[in-house]
Amino acid sequence: MEPENGFIQEFKVKGGDFSKAGSISTEIKEILQEVGIDSSIIRRVAIASYEAEMNMVMYSRKGEVSFILDSVKILIKTSDEGPGIEDIDKAMQEGFSTATDEMREMGFGAGMGLPNIKKHSDEFKITSEIGKGTNLSITFYLEQQNKQ
Amino acid sequence: MKLKEIIEKLQLRVITAQGGFETEVTGGYTSDLLSDVMANSQKGNIWITLQTHQNIIAVAKLKELSGIVLVKGREPDEETTNKAEEEKIPLLSSKESAFSITGKLYKLISEKKIDA
Repeated sequence: MEPENGFIQEFKVKGGDFSKAGSISTEIKEILQEVGIDSSIIRRVAIASYEAEMNMVMYSRKGEVSFILDSVKILIKTSDEGPGIEDIDKAMQEGFSTATDEMREMGFGAGMGLPNIKKHSDEFKITSEIGKGTNLSITFYLEQQNKQ
Repeated sequence: MKLKEIIEKLQLRVITAQGGFETEVTGGYTSDLLSDVMANSQKGNIWITLQTHQNIIAVAKLKELSGIVLVKGREPDEETTNKAEEEKIPLLSSKESAFSITGKLYKLISEKKIDA
């Protein structure tokens, strides 16, 4: 089913630009607050979108985030140009991280990013190609009965 | 409990407080891992950390935290202060360790809850 009245917004991410990091997640959150989405859903979307955004800032050269809101769900899709993930199963394990010492000093690289996205979303898909980049698809259902 | 009361009682130094001192503090969260704070802090919490870079402001804003306390007298990066002003996130500092300031804050907020 293709729901009507979908809202789509696209954002661009520049790899390594920590000064803007978090701004996309903030914008998404503000849109959801404006439309009056339930605050417990907004909380989950904010956590997941922040982690996805930070991953792109930290690891990729550049990337894109599409934010789609329709009557059934919130969908966040990201695609980046970057190193890709060698072992997705490993990357999904809590505590596993390939972050540099510098990132760790800043309080990133705890190996919580991807697991947090999965934990707080209703559906999570990840595909990655070494040397090319990583794509995420993160879905949140507005009504829990629509959850598959 | 209001932010200004916490600032007074814990003798915190105010680096910037564009958002004012009347914010209601719902509790606290102590952590230096940004993902942990993102996932586990609650709206209105005051965040105790040793991180001083600008990304702490984005996290505080996203989570609608009531303020950030930098421990051990750490000074924020210049961009952090600028961002805190822009986003109206109160940025405070204490000479004490995270352990000690967390303990005091916990006691203060618990007592206040009993009084009320």
